[in-house]
Amino acid sequence: MATPAAPAGGARNGAGSEWGGFEENIQGGGSAVIDMENMDDTSGSSFEDMGELHQRLREEEVDVDAAAAEEEDGEFLGMKGFKGQLSRQVADQMWQAGKRQASRAFSLYANIDILRPYFDVEPAQVRSRLLESMIPIKMVNFPQKIAGELYGPLMLVFTLVAILLHGMKTSDTIIREGTLMGTAIGTCFGYWLGVSSFIYFLAYLCNAQITMLQMLALLGYGLFGHCIVLFITYNIHLHALFYLFWLLVGGLSTLRMVAVLVSRTVGPTQRLLLCGTLATLHMLFLLYLHFAYHKVVEGILDTLEGPNIPPMQRVPRDIPAALPAARLPAIVLNATAKAVVVTLQSH
Amino acid sequence: MAEAAESPGDPGTATPRPLFAGLSDISISQDIPVEGEITIPMRSRVREFDSSTLNESVQNTIMRDLKAVGKKFMHVLYPRKSNTLLRDWDLWGPLILCVTLALMLQRGSVDSEKDGGPQFAEVFVIVWFGAVTITLNSKLLGGNISFFQSLCVLGYCILPLTVAMLVCRLVLLAELGPINFMVRLFVVIVMFAWSIVASTAFLADSQPPNRKALAVYPVFLFYFVISWMILTFTPQ
Repeated sequence: MATPAAPAGGARNGAGSEWGGFEENIQGGGSAVIDMENMDDTSGSSFEDMGELHQRLREEEVDVDAAAAEEEDGEFLGMKGFKGQLSRQVADQMWQAGKRQASRAFSLYANIDILRPYFDVEPAQVRSRLLESMIPIKMVNFPQKIAGELYGPLMLVFTLVAILLHGMKTSDTIIREGTLMGTAIGTCFGYWLGVSSFIYFLAYLCNAQITMLQMLALLGYGLFGHCIVLFITYNIHLHALFYLFWLLVGGLSTLRMVAVLVSRTVGPTQRLLLCGTLATLHMLFLLYLHFAYHKVVEGILDTLEGPNIPPMQRVPRDIPAALPAARLPAIVLNATAKAVVVTLQSH
Repeated sequence: MAEAAESPGDPGTATPRPLFAGLSDISISQDIPVEGEITIPMRSRVREFDSSTLNESVQNTIMRDLKAVGKKFMHVLYPRKSNTLLRDWDLWGPLILCVTLALMLQRGSVDSEKDGGPQFAEVFVIVWFGAVTITLNSKLLGGNISFFQSLCVLGYCILPLTVAMLVCRLVLLAELGPINFMVRLFVVIVMFAWSIVASTAFLADSQPPNRKALAVYPVFLFYFVISWMILTFTPQ
């Protein structure tokens, strides 16, 4: 049939005047004035909000009785019916708004995709960043680049937790309240997050150019030195060795972080404050991890005489009265190495 | 509507009628409903399936679930690249394994001062939060595995370590000594390697190929912590 085709063709070529009948009913079609006369059902009402509320509630209503009541009260019945209806509608409105906000907030924050860009790394990049964290760069006139990723720091913190556990188990740490695992996780994550936040706060005071993410990444990679030192010295309890590593490895990773911060801060006082705080906290943390999480095993030397040593026996051990550095250090092996030595000696 | 009536009887004129010209004369009153529900009737096949598993005896349900768990245990013990664990994941197996491991690692804490060993809650929390962390990590690295599938795989791959725990407990019944320790160390190391191989066989395919190492390292740490707890366990 040709006739349906003709109007269709005409619509495409249609000029504005053909649509004239439509314009009168368009709200605010060409003007900013809303013609109250043509609002849908609150004819004659001077409450715009009431009209809108009516509209929305009518769309959302699922209860048939309530819907019937709404339609009944649609016109002005008098003050009493009006007030009850108003309070009910306001309460419903608040509920809907609250629910909408909560679901929006949940979908925003529970979305792990926020963190996705910080985990976008390649293994080669992680490796090179680990090695670079031990090499201080002396360029202090231009802000040094910090990689803003969270995979490396997070894995280093977990590795530190594992190493601490290893150290605590083999050195017979007694935890009175809480558990070994809880203490290790609390210590490591507390240090990483807490000190990062504190240094970020100081950086804000000292007007340094560093973001929270960069601070987290910097301190996280600085824990690589701690991991190395603790891994070695938990197995060989030689105090001179520990002090040597503490200064060397700990010092290198601290120097790297300090150099980065200096390059991003202006003013000698600010630099001193920021870098002094970070250096102190970082070095002291390594000292703390070594000494508080492990007691000097003096008694092992006595038990090396017997052939049958229980490898992981838990006995209370004495802390030496004198400072360890004051006497001649003997090589003290932990229980695992000790068992190996005895096994080898007996063959 | 006269205007609208004119158009059908007017074939191919010079002034074609626009399509929606007559629309302005129509007004929608509130009485005509313009909303409603669209319901898609449930497929009868699905409804039959539901009622059939609901009406069967409890023994049937339990045996079916146990068989599924047992089949997955076999897949873990002989890891090949298959996606049985991934396709129908379930968390029964991990729960059974975790509870068994935690019970065996528990010490009778008579003396609260020497309470240095892992307790039930500690092991439980380590296993489940460790698995959740690894899953989040692998998802953030760009893996296309779902949350519960990953939990399922990690939980099932604790099976070799649970076997190691059983063996260690039996070995500890004998006399303590360096030989005892060597045997336990060897068993735990072998089972640790087995766990990692098994979980890598299932999880590695879901990662982009150049980032497999990044996803496997936390799995390594996780099983290392559990192995260490097993190895250093001595009964009072």
